[in-house]
Amino acid sequence: MSDNAYVEVKNMTFSRGERVIYEDISLSIPKGKVVAVMGPSGIGKTTLLRLIAGQLKPEKGQIIVDGENIPALSRNGLYEARKKMSMLFQSGALFSEMSVFDNVAFPIREHCKLPEDIVRSMVLMKLNSVGLRGAANLMPSELSGGMARRAALARSIALDPDLIMYDEPFAGQDPISMGVLIRLIRSLNDALGLTSIVVSHDVNEALSIADYVYIMANKKIVGHGTPAQLAKDDSPLVHQFMAGEADGPVPFHFPSQPIEEELAEVLK
Amino acid sequence: MILDGLAGIGRQGLNFFATMGRAGIMLFNALWALPNIKKSWPLLLRQLYVVGVQSFAIIVVSGLFIGMVLGLQGYTILVGYGAENSLGPMVALSLLRELGPVVTALLFAGRAGSALTAEIGLMKATEQLSSMELMAVDPLRRVIAPRFWAGFLSMPLLAFLFSAIGIWGGYLVGVEWLGVDQGNFWGVMQAAVDLNRDILNGFIKSLVFAVVVTWIAIFRGYDCVPTSEGISQATTQTVVHASLAVLGLDFVLTALMFGE
Ligand SMILES: Nc1ncnc2c1ncn2[C@@H]1O[C@H](COP(=O)(O)OP(=O)(O)OP(=O)(O)O)[C@@H](O)[C@H]1O
Ligand SMILES: [Mg+2]
Repeated sequence: MSDNAYVEVKNMTFSRGERVIYEDISLSIPKGKVVAVMGPSGIGKTTLLRLIAGQLKPEKGQIIVDGENIPALSRNGLYEARKKMSMLFQSGALFSEMSVFDNVAFPIREHCKLPEDIVRSMVLMKLNSVGLRGAANLMPSELSGGMARRAALARSIALDPDLIMYDEPFAGQDPISMGVLIRLIRSLNDALGLTSIVVSHDVNEALSIADYVYIMANKKIVGHGTPAQLAKDDSPLVHQFMAGEADGPVPFHFPSQPIEEELAEVLK
Repeated sequence: MILDGLAGIGRQGLNFFATMGRAGIMLFNALWALPNIKKSWPLLLRQLYVVGVQSFAIIVVSGLFIGMVLGLQGYTILVGYGAENSLGPMVALSLLRELGPVVTALLFAGRAGSALTAEIGLMKATEQLSSMELMAVDPLRRVIAPRFWAGFLSMPLLAFLFSAIGIWGGYLVGVEWLGVDQGNFWGVMQAAVDLNRDILNGFIKSLVFAVVVTWIAIFRGYDCVPTSEGISQATTQTVVHASLAVLGLDFVLTALMFGE
């Protein structure tokens, strides 16, 4: 599989201060596929995307995107490499002083010298595909959470990058938009041959969209495979996550002392 | 105890230099590359409007009042020595040399500096800067650089405006109200004010203040802790640090320019 990998993480270790987030993990994202990354909240999924985009540097290991080792790139090299990728932020991160239209037009205007009417038609097409053509002239503060995220999605696909990283694209979407988004991600991937990484908690949605799935927990990758393989996987970690049980090898709680002890201290 | 104190001072010193280093790197990365004129020009214009033009009113009003107070105080002091004909140069020199650059910088820190810090800090907290970075657009060049240049260009002009309006305020009070001779007021002023010593030095001062105030403001925003508390702290720090830096530097510059 590593022959046609678009993104390859090799023996990577990363920590935030004292807390180790990833310990010696390796994974590879094949070119042209939709890969889902699942795992409990706070495990470091967003962190993984930021590592791939070069916003954070790992302590050890390599992160290779399209043949280039991201952590070793110079500032300029990194900006060049980023032209090939794009990321949908968990918070949307729309520019608050620009209208929805200008937000989506932003990457196009920055990187391509195109006449304004072509920019306009590109933007309207992207907005149409997320169902927000009618909201083009609204300001981000006038959008609902789900709408803001769809507008951000339109912005992140504006330039048809080679790699798109979606951080929780389905959060806050109603079933209809959810279905549209799933088809959109899938069809972008198939029609343009791009590579997608989808971070999600949503087991069903992630499984329905992905060609390959990584499940993370406890600083490691605890399971990976195609959705069909994972469904048959009987390792307890994978099973717990797929079935959504609170008790099991993956702790639901942020690392802490047992609640009895802490409450006893409080009551003393 | 003493060791703890020493360690504390050492830590603060290290912190200070680390912060200065980060601020230097930020400014360097924002400014070293030649800007793309076609793209940067509209951004700069917009910031000139926000930072410069919108500070107009406060500068004009403050300049007028300070000039009027100078006229009044100057007259009451000078008339005791029979020297009310020196009112013109007194008003003009205090404004051009000191009050113009200094008060403008202080007002600018409070009016435009705090707004810059809050705006940039909020862009950081809402991940707008991050997402720009990931769109391969360098926020240092797109967001920081135009704001820096706007501050750098507008403050000297504002300081000049401040002095001009102040002199007119002094004239209103001294000549129109208190009856100092009009010809004396302007004539003695013209003879006393020197282009290099007074006007140029005042201009240099306000250039230096422009760099310092704008730099502090944008760096505090860019470097802030991305929470609402962090932003409010950064905004306060901008006003406090910028004002102190202006007053301290003013002494140094005055000593260099006018001390024999
Ligand atoms: N700026 C930061 N400084 C220190 N620690 C951080 C920072 N950002 C995140 N963390 C820590 O890193 C861990 C991973 O965070 P991350 O945002 O990657 O989680 P996540 O898997 O995306 O969670 P979620 O699914 O809830 O979005 C968290 O436990 C968090 O406490
Ligand atoms: Mg996350």
